[in-house]
Amino acid sequence: MSATPLQSKGFFRNRTPGDVAFMLVFGTMCVAILFAVVYPVYFVVIASLSNPSLIATGEVWLWPKGVNLFGYEQIFNDARIWTGYGNTLLYSAVGTALNLVVTLPAAYALSRPEFRPRRVLMLFFVFTLFFNGGLIPTYLLYRDLGLLDNWLVFILPPAVNVYNLIIARAFFEHSLPKELFEAAMIDGVSYLQYFAKVALPLSKAIISVIGLYYLVQHWNDFFTGLVFVRDNSLQPLQIVLRDILLSNQAFAGGAGTGGGSGVGYDQQYADQIKYGVIVVSSLPVLVLYPFLQRYFEKGVLIGSVKG
Amino acid sequence: MTESLVAARKKPAAVAQRRPRRDPRLGLGRHVSRYWQLWLMVLPAVGFVGLFMYVPMYGIQLAFREFDFTAGLTGGEWAGLKYFRQFFDSPMFWPLLQNTFVISITTLVVGFVAPILLALMINQIAGGRRKKLMQTATYLPHFISIVVIVGMLQAFLNPSTGLLTQVLAFFGLDGVNLLGDTSAFVPVYVISDVWQHCGWNSIIYLAALSRVDPQLYEAAKVDGANRLQLIRHVDVPSIVPTMVILLILTMGGVLNTGFEKVWLMQNTLNLPVSEVIATYVYKIGILSTQFSYATAIGLFNTAINFVFLIAANAIARRVSNWSLW
Repeated sequence: MSATPLQSKGFFRNRTPGDVAFMLVFGTMCVAILFAVVYPVYFVVIASLSNPSLIATGEVWLWPKGVNLFGYEQIFNDARIWTGYGNTLLYSAVGTALNLVVTLPAAYALSRPEFRPRRVLMLFFVFTLFFNGGLIPTYLLYRDLGLLDNWLVFILPPAVNVYNLIIARAFFEHSLPKELFEAAMIDGVSYLQYFAKVALPLSKAIISVIGLYYLVQHWNDFFTGLVFVRDNSLQPLQIVLRDILLSNQAFAGGAGTGGGSGVGYDQQYADQIKYGVIVVSSLPVLVLYPFLQRYFEKGVLIGSVKG
Repeated sequence: MTESLVAARKKPAAVAQRRPRRDPRLGLGRHVSRYWQLWLMVLPAVGFVGLFMYVPMYGIQLAFREFDFTAGLTGGEWAGLKYFRQFFDSPMFWPLLQNTFVISITTLVVGFVAPILLALMINQIAGGRRKKLMQTATYLPHFISIVVIVGMLQAFLNPSTGLLTQVLAFFGLDGVNLLGDTSAFVPVYVISDVWQHCGWNSIIYLAALSRVDPQLYEAAKVDGANRLQLIRHVDVPSIVPTMVILLILTMGGVLNTGFEKVWLMQNTLNLPVSEVIATYVYKIGILSTQFSYATAIGLFNTAINFVFLIAANAIARRVSNWSLW
């Protein structure tokens, strides 16, 4: 990590001046891009811990200054955040479970070449990627089904994500050994038995990949709460975040006071709270990221096998 | 298990013959009886997609009917093209169309080119670990939610306390408000979009680049190619098929992108450039419950999308051998 290309041994050996110039320009660009991606995220973290007036005057750059936990105290005492967190955890867990139960068997069935209707069925699924009924018919359908202001709206409509279905199907098609299937069929094993006892245990990779995709999708879902839910007690974390981060709804008073006394926060304190909220809400994803990133990547690669 | 494997190798013909005889019925009935388990496995997914995707498509007819509360999804009296005319005659029509196109096309072009450049660049990194670090770091923002991204934008671009505002002030640009400026909206939108998704979208190109035959590089080097020429004549041609596929896929959804982000970034100052069809449909339909009118506007949007998709597909078929249908 610390060694830049320029420090590698024998760098100038066998290299033309053009190569050296290329490496210099290119190395600088890489470092600049890395900085541009990582620094904003890092800044949010240090800003959430720093004295807000030092941020406002531009003195916080590399490490937190005037460290205090005021922002986090406010956040941890705010009931809305915890309601949102709890709701999102529930929707993500139940939603992802349903996603897997629905997507994996379907992907497996669609991967069987002898299953003739699979072409038509794939068309049925893929068509929805390019054409849909639009917002209003969807809204009216949910209304007729009683899904408005109902927590199931976070679970049922997104049960199948066609991209994930395609990825899982590509995995079943290319990664499971064909001999295994033939052998099992001769033993008189049914499709359901084969899927449950042979295919699934060999598919931990794809289960983790699409499970993660679904989990992130649920975690970040903002649209559903915005359009289909009015009831605040049902709102997921993203809607609560929007209220705090963007609509500038002040925190309901300092710790414990409640009521209107805290509405007049300085912009600076509001900023610190906002940085803290960003950290708290993104923490699960960012903490798990280093451990899970190889799965994220794998999904793209499996999906691209057939193009 | 092994025993039956051997058996399978010995007499596959017998196996193939035995199967059809098990059920002598013809056509659909036979098919269903043999594959009912596969049907069972695919049915829940078909049900969910059918209900939540296809029923709303059926409800599109609402665009041609008067909304009737008792009739619901399919609407009441036939209204013909009334609501389309209303939209075309509306003073909002041209601004909406223009804003939607400007935001979508800019995002499409920049968002399409940037990952390619990034992938070509990461592919040049020699060390395996450095390459991995660069790749992993650049796609991290992909998993941050849109609400948080816009929250970060607002914090960084805050006219008095924002980080970027301070940097700009340092270079002599005082008191800029990038969030309220009509000319800054599209650049801020597009750049933050590239920041978030560029790394993620480059993964697929990097995979294609890693499959390039090393002999091609050697051959080109023997011919005296320098590093830029290697990129231009070996790397780029090897990812063209991937580029075509991704272009078609993104073209199909070109006008769908970004309701959430545009909606969150909207404020009274930037509204003249930030009101797009998707946000307008939400306001007209959900917030002021003009269901038929909003459905018509939404359908218009979908229709344009479809034209884009067909055009992209036609181009792809001409340029490469690949196409969607």
